Amino acid sequence: MKSKLNLDINKIDSARNAARSIAEEVQEFIDRHTTSTTERTVARLLGIDGVDEIEKPLPNVVVDNIIEGGGLPLGASYWIGNAMLQTGDCPQIIAEKISRGELDITKLPIADENRIQEKVLEIARENVDKIAKRRDERDNFLNTIGEGEKPYLYVIVATGNIYEDVIQAKAAAKQGADVIAVIRTTAQSLLDYVPYGPTTEGFGGTYATQENFRIMREALDEVGQEVGKYIRLCNYCSGLCMPEIAAMGALERLDVMLNDALYGILFRDINMQRTLVDQYFSRIINGFAGIIINTGEDNYLTTADAVEEAHTVLASQFINEQFALKAGIPEEQMGLGHAFEMNPNIENGFLWELSQAQMAREIFPKAPLKYMPPTKFMTGNIFKGHLQDALFNLVSIWTNQGIQLLGMPTEAIHTPHLQDRMLSIENAKYIFNNARNLGDEIEFKQGGIIQTRAQEVLDKAEKLLRDIEEEGLFSTIEKGQFGGVKRPRDGGKGLEGVTTKDDKYFNPFIQLMLGGEI
Amino acid sequence: MAIEKVDLTRIKPYGDTLNDGMMQLSFTLPVPYGDEADEAAKRLAKKMGLEEPSVVYSNDLGVGYTFFVLYGKCQHTVNYEEIEVPKVDGEVMSKYEVEDYIKENIKRDIVIVGACTGTDAHTVGIDAIMNMKGYDGHYGLERYKMVEAHNLGSQVLNEELVAKAIELNADAILVSQVVTQKDVHIPNLTELVELLEAEGIRDKIVLVCGGPRISHELAKELGYDAGFGSGSFANNVASFVVKEIVERNLVNLK
Repeated sequence: MKSKLNLDINKIDSARNAARSIAEEVQEFIDRHTTSTTERTVARLLGIDGVDEIEKPLPNVVVDNIIEGGGLPLGASYWIGNAMLQTGDCPQIIAEKISRGELDITKLPIADENRIQEKVLEIARENVDKIAKRRDERDNFLNTIGEGEKPYLYVIVATGNIYEDVIQAKAAAKQGADVIAVIRTTAQSLLDYVPYGPTTEGFGGTYATQENFRIMREALDEVGQEVGKYIRLCNYCSGLCMPEIAAMGALERLDVMLNDALYGILFRDINMQRTLVDQYFSRIINGFAGIIINTGEDNYLTTADAVEEAHTVLASQFINEQFALKAGIPEEQMGLGHAFEMNPNIENGFLWELSQAQMAREIFPKAPLKYMPPTKFMTGNIFKGHLQDALFNLVSIWTNQGIQLLGMPTEAIHTPHLQDRMLSIENAKYIFNNARNLGDEIEFKQGGIIQTRAQEVLDKAEKLLRDIEEEGLFSTIEKGQFGGVKRPRDGGKGLEGVTTKDDKYFNPFIQLMLGGEI
Repeated sequence: MAIEKVDLTRIKPYGDTLNDGMMQLSFTLPVPYGDEADEAAKRLAKKMGLEEPSVVYSNDLGVGYTFFVLYGKCQHTVNYEEIEVPKVDGEVMSKYEVEDYIKENIKRDIVIVGACTGTDAHTVGIDAIMNMKGYDGHYGLERYKMVEAHNLGSQVLNEELVAKAIELNADAILVSQVVTQKDVHIPNLTELVELLEAEGIRDKIVLVCGGPRISHELAKELGYDAGFGSGSFANNVASFVVKEIVERNLVNLK
């Protein structure tokens, strides 16, 4: 693709190389550690599900039992595999026995290591096959009923009740939406377990549970048949249970997951060691399941300034790209995030937004970029808001974005009403259709405002990445380089769940899903 | 022809002629798109006191629901002259005026602790007031001379906030609440007041809340000194806080 912005290829390469070496340094740390939620994910993927009599999820029951026995460094596979050999039970029965206090998983006699691994691999293969089948189902839908044109129209439902969400989601699909994101209740990200069963409560959304995933999946498949295109389902793979939610999503055929390497650290004050280890396994699962990840750079701009901090968005996109590659996510599944968040009073602000969106497009040519609408400067004036969203839509179609999170005229007032979505979808469809090939027709003036802006942002991002490469990612975050938020290495939530792996640690799913049979 | 004068004791909406009462509404009814739906919308408008309702647009929302844009002439009036709205008293000073005011009247640094409390993860409000950069050209409290501003961020528990306020010997606490779905902010805001009272420091502190759905009236009802809604900037909040410190004789408490 010829650069319309006249971007310096060497600068892009240099930025990408710096990001790669940043990710590689952190990856060494990741490879030496595991976490409680990573091991609960292994338990889930070995078939453990359900809750005990106080609603505590069985994956937590099992992993807590392992932690009490000091066995976390060996990993859940080791202990569950051993228990299977010693008791002849399947993982679910073992979990139930632990929950009733009939079994203490680290106190059983220990079998031969190779036999444990073989035993676990058997079950792991079966369950990985299940996920592969869900992926094939999606491909089959896409090949038969097809999908909407890009940019996909992405809307949220957030009633706080999964059954009400279903009604709103179906209405949105009928109005033309391509992706439905079910918003989670505030603060789920800080729960160190995943709630169970269908839920009808929450604030600003309802819980991400496997049953809620299943209910919405079924509804969207149904409405997809009616409207004649596959409707994608999105949820949040973030917080203290990133990989567990990835596993649940993979089993229930979610299509899109919010899944950022740094977001939890910066915006939820989750410990950085914890998040970096968790994001790795969560992304391996998302990658394998064919799920498009959405990274959270747009959030930087809700706390930091979209003009001054644009380069931190680009730098973070580079870093997210490299972490995603490490976890086997192909570029086609990298919904790198950015946002239309400049103060509307800036003279020529539209040109700058256009420049930055085109820049992201050119630097990440295969990624289905996820473009976020104006939120910070929405005022409650629904009429002006509708216009701001129109400009946002125009930039998107002009620069060929992948996933368009539709702005709502009522942003800053309430979670969307049924009619708000209709108006927003109508707005986007009108502009996308009317200006479909605008980008093919228009080039930018040499050395003009648009080219110069993009070049400046790239320059600054490249410098920042080289500084981070020097400094290391951990201490860069400690100094508050991203989103203006400072986080200490040993601060935040969830550090107690991080542990160094034993030499005998193994996680069969990493090998099975990253490719390369074992 | 003489133009009719506004009667402030009986005001009604203005479309293009005084007292035409013209209003524009948009809403959804849970009935299928069609003539009956339009009729239902009109009947509803009549019950609301809108004469000659006219559905200018309606659209099928896809699940047996219909969206309407409707105009009608409002028959109700309001007496504007008897209206009294509780407001945050006092003149709003600029950043520099606030700084001068502190220098002259308080003569020491003041400590302001802010947070987005409870389950709320939306820091856009507290950031706009506190962070250096501020919002829309109004610098935040971190940039004020003689103000020591601590933004604790999001999802801060009330207990944590109170502990921090005591630790830092705060003069004022700012609480932001953005998520107000199902009125989740009310018990949370009330709890903070109760905690401060239990610690015996409520009267030693200026307590302020803010957010898009917060009014001064609501804030007073909940036991706060002031409430700030949309369109408030750091200098609005700072003006109130510094004057309150002086007026309530909190200057020499520490």
